[in-house]
Amino acid sequence: MRKAAIIGIGNSKFGVRSDVNIAELSFEAVRPSLEDAGLAAKDIEFAAVGSVGAGAWYEELLPAVVSAEYCGLTKAGLVRCEAACASGSAAFFTAYSAVASGQAEIAMALGIEKMREIDTPTSMEWIGRAGYYLWEFHNFGITFPAYYALYANAHMAKYGTTEEDLALVAVKNHKYGSMNPIAHLQNKITVDDVLASMMIASPLKLYDCCPMTDGSASVIVASEDKVKELKIDSPVWVAGMGYSSGTANLSKRPDFVGLTASVLASQRAYKAAGVTPSQIDFAEVHDCFTIAEIMAYEDIGLCSKGEGAELIREGQTEIGGKIPVNMDGGLKSKGHPIGTTGCSMMYELTKQLRQEAEKGRQVPLKNHIGLAHNVGGTGHYCYATILRR
Amino acid sequence: MSSVSMPSIKSHEIKIVQNIPVSRTLKFWEGLKEGKIYATKCVKCGQLYFPPSADCPDCLSRELEWVELSNEAEIETFTHVVVRPTSFQQIKPYTVAIGKLKEGVKVLAWLTGFKLSETKVGMKAKLVAKVTPEGNLTYEFVPF
Repeated sequence: MRKAAIIGIGNSKFGVRSDVNIAELSFEAVRPSLEDAGLAAKDIEFAAVGSVGAGAWYEELLPAVVSAEYCGLTKAGLVRCEAACASGSAAFFTAYSAVASGQAEIAMALGIEKMREIDTPTSMEWIGRAGYYLWEFHNFGITFPAYYALYANAHMAKYGTTEEDLALVAVKNHKYGSMNPIAHLQNKITVDDVLASMMIASPLKLYDCCPMTDGSASVIVASEDKVKELKIDSPVWVAGMGYSSGTANLSKRPDFVGLTASVLASQRAYKAAGVTPSQIDFAEVHDCFTIAEIMAYEDIGLCSKGEGAELIREGQTEIGGKIPVNMDGGLKSKGHPIGTTGCSMMYELTKQLRQEAEKGRQVPLKNHIGLAHNVGGTGHYCYATILRR
Repeated sequence: MSSVSMPSIKSHEIKIVQNIPVSRTLKFWEGLKEGKIYATKCVKCGQLYFPPSADCPDCLSRELEWVELSNEAEIETFTHVVVRPTSFQQIKPYTVAIGKLKEGVKVLAWLTGFKLSETKVGMKAKLVAKVTPEGNLTYEFVPF
């Protein structure tokens, strides 16, 4: 393994992007990432594309090929990576591995997703099927909010976490999302707004859920030699990555208060990077639902099991607290284009580590280390990535 | 959210129906018609599986036997699903629960016959096999 760094980043505006198709949306991330790195498309030797809805919620079956052609990347090595909502991290892992292994000098991870070309019930159908169709969807019609609601009710019963605690996560993430120009939802909200929003799957209400979002993000990874050759002045190094997975059937999980895949992936990442959770300056965690952020605090070691609600109540995950979390608004406010999210987390970590985040949401840096935690499905997949400036 | 109206072309419509093989778990599906809920047990390592598995992921043995499960479950968690997917639009909101049986396996299924306000983590429920009026084979948690 050799060192590899992020040298270029790009992120499209997130939102309902009915103005562009999947290829055009890719361009909005690829071009700025190449400009940022000072490269041309032909310099990319290998591109790993994270996307989930190919042929389901958008029309193209081979989005990697379509987007590569549109962005001038044809002839590069190409693959599409699927790890549900962690597909972007799986793509990043693939691009990073290509460089770290010596296979490529420069590789790209590109996350692309278009979720708003179909109606909401059909989206609920596709995403609900993403677990174990035969055993948990076919007869029981479970939806993605419902999967996380099962965790929420168990966490509330065991640790006394409340619906108000869940709401605080949404309030925090909307607050920071309002300062992020690429965020899908830029409105500030209150605890009462969350509690009064419509029930989706009890106890999760509309404002406990991330929106369905269109968006793309591109990250360019280069070897240490290339970083020197290109005279990159602000490389952000990949300190370590961790990965794990969980059972397809939720019924086979040991409990419903945390995700084992998150625990294992983060432990592996800390070990690979040679750091402890207390050395991390800030984190991006997978808050597809408010309960997911509280469980993430616990699972990745920002606090002990059962203490996640306390962390949000005390404001410890805001700027000025113990460890700022999701200062880009998180999935909750920035939006969650499923296959894009992992790459967008790399975009945000890099921006923060370069101290280029917008006013009001730039984190203070002590050790110049950030962590991204990206869950696929309901803990079906997990990737944790630690970057260091 | 405001809906954005942008020019677009509608894709061609297709209907997707998959034929899911059940020959290796057929006794389970047939059992539901007789009011029985079967799991599989590995003859070699003794591991019990629900949903029933025809092969053993623990020791990779292919020799498994059918065992009938008890019906007493403790509810570990639940949720009431209000916003429903396309194929469940025609029915009323439903409650999904995960219950643990005394044999140690857990089951995810609908919970019916309880008021939502009375549904609690830790409560007991009975797991029963069911054939729906439409002829679908399923199972659910009901009050004792």
